[in-house]
Amino acid sequence: MPNTILAIGEVSQGSLRKVSIEAISEARRIADHIGGSLQVLILGENLDAAAAKAAEYGADTLILADDPRLALYLPDIWSGVAADVIQTNTPQYVLIGSTTTGRDLAACLSAMLDAPLAMDCVGSRWEGDTLVITRPMYGGKVLADVTLEGSPRIIVNRANFFPAVPKKTDASLIRYEGVIPESQLTIADVQREASARPELTEADIVVSGGRGMGGADFSVIEKLADLLGAAVGASRSAVDEGWRPVSDQVGQTGKVVSPNLYIACGISGAIQHFAGMQTSKVIVAINKDPEAPIFTKADYGVVGDLFEVVPAMIEQITRLKSAQ
Amino acid sequence: MNIVVLLKQVPSTDSHIEPGPNGASIKTADLKWVINPYDEFAVEEAIRVREAKGGTVTIVTIGEAKAVEAVRTALAMGADKAVLVQDPACAGMDGLGIAQVLAAVVSGLAPDLIIAGQRAVDDENWLVPAAVAHRLGMPCISLVIGQQIDGDQIECRRTIEGGIATIRAKLPVLITTQRGLNEPRYASLQGVMKAKKKPLNTLKLSDLGLTPKTAAVRVLAMKHPPMRTAGKKIAGSTPAEKAAELVRLLHEEAKAI
Ligand SMILES: Cc1cc2nc3c(=O)[nH]c(=O)nc-3n(C[C@H](O)[C@H](O)[C@H](O)COP(=O)(O)OP(=O)(O)OC[C@H]3O[C@@H](n4cnc5c(N)ncnc54)[C@H](O)[C@@H]3O)c2cc1C
Repeated sequence: MPNTILAIGEVSQGSLRKVSIEAISEARRIADHIGGSLQVLILGENLDAAAAKAAEYGADTLILADDPRLALYLPDIWSGVAADVIQTNTPQYVLIGSTTTGRDLAACLSAMLDAPLAMDCVGSRWEGDTLVITRPMYGGKVLADVTLEGSPRIIVNRANFFPAVPKKTDASLIRYEGVIPESQLTIADVQREASARPELTEADIVVSGGRGMGGADFSVIEKLADLLGAAVGASRSAVDEGWRPVSDQVGQTGKVVSPNLYIACGISGAIQHFAGMQTSKVIVAINKDPEAPIFTKADYGVVGDLFEVVPAMIEQITRLKSAQ
Repeated sequence: MNIVVLLKQVPSTDSHIEPGPNGASIKTADLKWVINPYDEFAVEEAIRVREAKGGTVTIVTIGEAKAVEAVRTALAMGADKAVLVQDPACAGMDGLGIAQVLAAVVSGLAPDLIIAGQRAVDDENWLVPAAVAHRLGMPCISLVIGQQIDGDQIECRRTIEGGIATIRAKLPVLITTQRGLNEPRYASLQGVMKAKKKPLNTLKLSDLGLTPKTAAVRVLAMKHPPMRTAGKKIAGSTPAEKAAELVRLLHEEAKAI
């Protein structure tokens, strides 16, 4: 099937991840451009709800590898199953959402299949028959246009860059019946953070705190985040102080976020922090130092003490919400 | 314990990066070069494992002549020896090509443990460690924040989305680093002196019996992202006034809330 495109969907707590839906949508656009068909592979356990969701975004075929042995990501067996599906269906392109799991899986597949890979892509365009992909390098200080030669071409899309476009299809369903290899790894334990907040890299809104928080008490920021349905991030300084977990760090050596709205509280705007949030659509800075570098890059700058400004924002937003 | 660290020299993270005239690479003339920040965790962890279990730490890198500085720094931190692959043919390689070269060097070293940075902060590929592990037929455990070796078993704590998983495997394995794994030490003056006498082996691809693998990922052009400039300073004489104006603008103008 030379004109097959494959998207691999990832499931989080029973539902298809937003970044996976974006990957499926981009895969659909590629399939439409080359007159091909779109297969969506989902790995994990209890995948019916996720499969139904994938079908709303234009899948022609759904392939479910639904098995307790795949419930948690293990690189060798997940990539074994995905490689088997790829070798059977020979897709031209494979699209995967950029999550911790997605990046790891994509790297394994690239290595196993000797397939070219473009990680963390933020855009694409056609030049004739060639798909030109844009991806950040050097902590986002440079955008590179790249092309991939060979098959399949693996594209990992960063969250919030590829629009999710619903497209109803009558997807046929295939259950993966192939071999699930033995893993060389054993999962001994999994600890989940009990958080109702969205994942940092996928969130529409991120509220971050820096050294200006002055201590581990982030409650004022958390309150604002919860009111907005936002994720909480942190600068490296706040992480180094032990105020926030490493997984909250935004920046060149932390996570890269691209929300619709980024609110930086008590963050100076060092180049390494900026590298992690510069692709946010709207940036708000709250800082008591009018000379803080972050103001040179923020769409809206508030000079003031965050411990006064943020509670006042919470009050205003609460009022706004009750008026709606 | 035979420990190998995969290391890369990259521009320091505070560098201003300029695309070069050919559009396919950056200007390198005025850059400050450092060890990839994630590889510093790898060097530190390798030294700690050797301190606990005995053995040797070998640094393996691919780079130009200046990469020797990064290698010497790692040796000064406490690594024992190093291999530098210095060959112009490596400059045009993509991640899979680089992994092929690294794997060829490493397989000759018969490691029990390979430690690599989770990604290099220059090309941000997140690919090389997994590809090296695949070529060597060993499991890869990425984003490790803690590890413990007991006999021929390793237990790693790694971050997963929304939590932490504990994973066990039989050595040899390749692990990649995460912030939180350790605090890298500085090279002492004594370490710097000692490093000068430590073995550093420079190889070409032909020494490894390799012919350069053609890049399947091609960079056509590099440019700066759109410049961000200062937007509105929010007016108001009290925090409450400023907050009210900000919320109004975010709602009505930016339509972000
Ligand atoms: C190799 C390397 C990698 C790095 N990677 C990252 C990274 O990934 N992410 C990252 O963030 N940093 C990173 N850094 C660190 C970066 O250079 C800065 O040190 C860091 O971002 C500063 O954090 P900050 O803005 O919270 O703290 P500071 O720079 O100390 O700024 C604190 C700000 O808070 C303001 N403030 C204080 N009190 C208040 C208040 N009550 N109300 C309002 N404002 C207040 C101050 O005016 C100041 O501007 C890296 C550095 C290196 C060398």
